[in-house]
Amino acid sequence: MLNKLFKFYGGVKPPSNKTLSNALPIVQAPLPSRLVVPLHQSIGGMPRPVVQAGERVLKGQLIGQADGWLSAAVHAPTSGTVLEVAMHVRPHVSGLDSLCVVIEPDGQDEWIAHGPPDIATMSPADICNYLQQHGVVGLGGAGFPTHGKLTATPAVPMAELIINAAECEPYITCDDLLMRERADDIVRGIAVFRDMLKPQSVIIGVEDNKPEAIAAMRAAVDAQNEAFSVVAVPTLYPAGGAKQLIRVLTGKEVPGSMRSTADMGVQVFNVGTAYAAWRAIGHGEPLISRIVTLTGNVRQAHNVEALIGTPMNELLQLAQPHPDTDGIIMGGPMMGFLVPNESAPIVKTSNCLIAHSERLFPPKAPEMPCIRCGACARACPHELQPFELYWHARAKDFGKTQQYNIFDCIECGCCSFVCPSRIPLVQYFRFAKSEIWAREREKKAADEAKTRFEFKQFREEREKAEKAEKLAKAAAAQAAKKAAEAAAAAAAAGDAPDAPPADKAPDVAVDPAQAAKKAAIEAAMARAKAQREAAQVKNTDDLTPEQAKAMADIEARRQQAGIAEPATTTETKPE
Amino acid sequence: MMFAPAPFLLKDASVSQVMTQVCLALIPGIAAYAWLVGPAILVQLVIASLTAVAAEAAMLKLRGKPLAMFLSDGSAIVTAWLIALTFPPLAPWWLVVTGTLFAIVIAKHLYGGLGQNPFNPAMVAFAACIVSFPALMSQWPSVGLQMPLLDQLNVILGLAPRVDALSGATPLDAMKTALKLGEGQIDIAHLLANQDIYGNFAGRGWEWVATGYLLGGLWLWRRKLVTWHAPVAFLAAMVLVSGALWLYQPASFASPVFHLLSGGTMLGAFFIITDPVSGCTTPRGKLIFGFSAGLLAYIIRVFGGYPDGVAFAVLLMNLSAPLIDQLTQPRIFGMKGRQS
Ligand code: SF4
Ligand code: SF4
Repeated sequence: MLNKLFKFYGGVKPPSNKTLSNALPIVQAPLPSRLVVPLHQSIGGMPRPVVQAGERVLKGQLIGQADGWLSAAVHAPTSGTVLEVAMHVRPHVSGLDSLCVVIEPDGQDEWIAHGPPDIATMSPADICNYLQQHGVVGLGGAGFPTHGKLTATPAVPMAELIINAAECEPYITCDDLLMRERADDIVRGIAVFRDMLKPQSVIIGVEDNKPEAIAAMRAAVDAQNEAFSVVAVPTLYPAGGAKQLIRVLTGKEVPGSMRSTADMGVQVFNVGTAYAAWRAIGHGEPLISRIVTLTGNVRQAHNVEALIGTPMNELLQLAQPHPDTDGIIMGGPMMGFLVPNESAPIVKTSNCLIAHSERLFPPKAPEMPCIRCGACARACPHELQPFELYWHARAKDFGKTQQYNIFDCIECGCCSFVCPSRIPLVQYFRFAKSEIWAREREKKAADEAKTRFEFKQFREEREKAEKAEKLAKAAAAQAAKKAAEAAAAAAAAGDAPDAPPADKAPDVAVDPAQAAKKAAIEAAMARAKAQREAAQVKNTDDLTPEQAKAMADIEARRQQAGIAEPATTTETKPE
Repeated sequence: MMFAPAPFLLKDASVSQVMTQVCLALIPGIAAYAWLVGPAILVQLVIASLTAVAAEAAMLKLRGKPLAMFLSDGSAIVTAWLIALTFPPLAPWWLVVTGTLFAIVIAKHLYGGLGQNPFNPAMVAFAACIVSFPALMSQWPSVGLQMPLLDQLNVILGLAPRVDALSGATPLDAMKTALKLGEGQIDIAHLLANQDIYGNFAGRGWEWVATGYLLGGLWLWRRKLVTWHAPVAFLAAMVLVSGALWLYQPASFASPVFHLLSGGTMLGAFFIITDPVSGCTTPRGKLIFGFSAGLLAYIIRVFGGYPDGVAFAVLLMNLSAPLIDQLTQPRIFGMKGRQS
């Protein structure tokens, strides 16, 4: 237990507001009137629906089949009837719809036959497959399928397996309560990960503002005779960012732009993920529910175990929101977002719903110019210079933002939190990132179009040349025929047979040559025409970037609203 | 922005809070100034503040910027106070007004307003005035303005004649002149002991004003409004160079303590070179900025023709700040192994 702790740079201490919701035990949420289960809940391929409207499903029955290696299955959270498989709003800043399976519960909550597998006979690959089939994904961050992180990189031996239980975002207490109440299953889940990754050590990092959870975890670890260390880490946002936690616990620095921590011999799982993995392996239960903190502007903040697919507004009612509630934040107040549609369902990564009101979160003061005070730079855990990034993002000098390492920004919000000029810095960074992506995509599209065009040009030219050749041949053949006819006529006429044919013969001989020349000219003209067309197409091509730009703009606005390209924030999201 | 974006929680901070704290930090120095040197400084502070606010409002209006929001940010007041504190205490009112107008209109707004000015506005005002009105800018009343406040006011407002008693020099300037006139005959110890413009360590009264600035500066540092880099580097440069020359020839070079407590050293160290807008922002950049400014200030004040060197040193460094920043970008998290 004598772990030496390290520090990460920056960080902020927002009011934690955790005591609001951590006093009461976890409550099982009642069955909602309707469940809307999005098929695409994790990073990776979109699962294929395997049920149809009208079909009866059982609790835990597969409804969406994992598609591809990086994808995770989706299951019916309760028994009932499939009403439809259709586009519905999902809890995403974009407010965009995605394919969902809508289930009307029958109230019986009848399980499909299930039970724990015989893990002793399973190879690591089998276990990965099993977890994928049971829909286990990261519950803390962006929902990275768990099996994808359990495949050890042979090149780098695993030094530390880290369990992220820091829960550094204010308001959220779902991991806290989970650890207090279900530490045994968590530790068993961690043991499964340990057996698969074979790390030298296992460290469970919990922020020191959760003494009960730390005690419960230590008791469970001791009871199971595991050699895991439960380490209290200082409370400092974003200590729960994967890379910050790695730094605190091991001293290793993983660059923000580096996606896989496995290359550094570290792997991080959220504590809820370990629990979900054990529900699957120890009990045969797929991931169909999760603990959600209901808090904020409510009368009775607490944690509930909610079925995936429960509409958020219905769930929040359990905490009795005050009448002046004017929105729902999904996630914490630092990195979460106001859901564009409050009937959006709970998904596997929904850890917290905060009833929003202006009383709790007063509207922001207007943005002032940057005074270069450097407060943001002193707060940035990735040691970036946010005001320089801001400056260049504002000037749309995106190349410069890349020079200032914009892709190392984890969008933790520390810089916005401290800025005295109230500049929404994170917004600018999301905007810049999305613009860069859009441009890259645009360039790729243009390159593809160019290749396509060149190929077409080549083909047309070849066809023209072939045609010309054919023409030339035909002309030559005709000329030869004419000559033959003339010769025959001459012969028939019985005129001086020597001279005329001799005269005509060269004529005939010249003809095919001329035809070939003519054909060559024609081909050249065709080429020139094609080139002209090429130039013209290039002009009209100018429109395409414009259209692309318009599209990119739309996307930018979308992104600005907070849609992060999933890949970048995957594992760094504080949990 | 379509939806209120994260983070939803914000620290209680604003530009006006920052500026208010800077003003608060100036108060110990101002108090010592008013008490030991002369209450006229309070009048100058008021004149400069009113001018700054009026100029700020006019410029904001001209530029079509929201008045209330920017007027309340307090940055104009900070500039005004720095001008009042660096100008001679009995400077005529129009000199202070001219300086302030110059700072707000030209050095600040013509460069784009808050956060955009490449040069420290107060230092621009000082430099412009000392070049244009060298005599008036060098008239520092000899010891303690023992005149009653009303008389001081009359002098500032031009209602009373500027009598000879007013035309002293700063303790720094006086020493330079005396040393020059003495041509090696007079040594510093002698000077310090015999002239009534000197106190225990430096200029009488002024040494406590400087101490007041130091206290305020330390408070700013405690409040994390300035980092230690620039002030420490600035003061270190001052001590190093003055100490070296003093050890070499104590008769003709004043001690480091004298230099630390004279002229604009303390004010400069904590309130001027720490101006984030026109200074460096990276930690190493601040060190370079502070150290170079300290060296330059010493050289100009001791060997140059002006009574003090802080203003010119700061302006020169303002010029190089962007380049220094660019060359001193810190490594980022996780970049230890990688080259940056
Ligand atoms: S905290 Fe805000 S005002 Fe200060 S440097 Fe950063 S962006 Fe500029
Ligand atoms: S949001 Fe990005 S730039 Fe701002 S503090 Fe976090 S990592 Fe740094």
